[in-house]
Amino acid sequence: MSETLRKRRILVAKPGLDGHDRGAKVVARALADAGHEVVYTGLHQTPAMIATAAVQEAVDAVGLSIMSGAHMTLFPAVIEALKKQGAGDVIVFGGGIIPDEDVIELLKNGVAKIFKPGATTQEIGQWVSDNVSLEG
Amino acid sequence: MSRIEKVLEGDVRSAARLMRDLDDRLPGAIEELKALHPHTGKGYIIGITGNPGAGKSTLVDALITLYRQARLRVGVVAVDPTSPFSGGAILGDRIRMQRHASDEGVFIRSLATRGQLGGLSRSTFDVASVLDAMGYERIIIETVGVGQDEIEVMKTAYTSVVVTVPGLGDDIQAIKAGILEIADVLVVNKADRDGADRAVRDLFQMLDLRGVVGRQDVEIVKAIATQGTRPESGVADVVRAIDEHRERMGAHEIQRKTERAMAHIGELVRGLLADRANAALRAQGGLEGLAASVVKREQDPYSAAESVLKSL
Repeated sequence: MSETLRKRRILVAKPGLDGHDRGAKVVARALADAGHEVVYTGLHQTPAMIATAAVQEAVDAVGLSIMSGAHMTLFPAVIEALKKQGAGDVIVFGGGIIPDEDVIELLKNGVAKIFKPGATTQEIGQWVSDNVSLEG
Repeated sequence: MSRIEKVLEGDVRSAARLMRDLDDRLPGAIEELKALHPHTGKGYIIGITGNPGAGKSTLVDALITLYRQARLRVGVVAVDPTSPFSGGAILGDRIRMQRHASDEGVFIRSLATRGQLGGLSRSTFDVASVLDAMGYERIIIETVGVGQDEIEVMKTAYTSVVVTVPGLGDDIQAIKAGILEIADVLVVNKADRDGADRAVRDLFQMLDLRGVVGRQDVEIVKAIATQGTRPESGVADVVRAIDEHRERMGAHEIQRKTERAMAHIGELVRGLLADRANAALRAQGGLEGLAASVVKREQDPYSAAESVLKSL
């Protein structure tokens, strides 16, 4: 009787210590423009804070922006924190200044996609639409 | 264990998924919500509304801190607007509240309006009910920042707090602003700015002019929410004003709850009817065909609308 209305919900988060969130904000905007609901939590998030927000907000995916060089620590830490909170099914993707060999390693370890600095916002929006499925 | 049982045990993940399904309006979720109803009615629901940029989220953040110091568990429902163009939304209220992210006594949920007017989403009531059933003792609902006619929150909350700031354009704004009429507590935030006392005076004067029966006891509180829980922030005064309103309302609790239930049921009837009307409209091939016939003067708009309703 009532109309259902599934929408993708994405958490855009900025873990660690670097203080640039322009990229994260641009991505958040782009994902909203692509019709998704984007929860943005601001700077300096710990993996545990990100995982808690992802659980409370029941998001389908978490997008991380990491410019600090700590991506090899932070991506696995967020994935681990999500698993610990029973949210291992949440898709993790991200972007930043990340060397190719690290990208390969991250993709092997549960990160669904890494966008390099040249990626367009349309590309990111499209990837989310194509790869984050709406269950139910 | 069923999802309902998990929610009642306080399982955050299950509750969050249920909220999602309610927001997405899955019929099964509404059945689950029905089962939760007997467990609701204990949490105290506070509405926070006000102009964009008035500092609502910052105030909510400080309120959470004070309630946590009093060992109360706090649920927050924060609403942001959906873009009418893309259908997407940026939900940014958590930014100011993230320091509570690792506190298990705090559950923050962001919602997009999804086309609903009045500063709330259609699911706000339902999400607040889930928090209530989970045993959160204070449930804070933060509306979209709109300003002049956000009255939905008044129907949802037991105490409505309206946040404004100095210098919004003098007394004429204070007289115009319809939301001031719904306030149980008025907060003049950013009170370290010029014109704070003037704003308070204008608000007092406006309340005097109104003299609306039963609403003379509105309290006006100055606050600097960015100062958090420091004594000079005034946030403790906001908490006290909310508590005092709550005590005053205690005598009329059943009446207030009945009014709230009336508003909610009315809202649901209208919403469900709108859903059925939309379904009927789709079954008849949508608006376009009807519009074409109206443009060609084959029928008038009222007859077109009535023809849709007849098939309900």
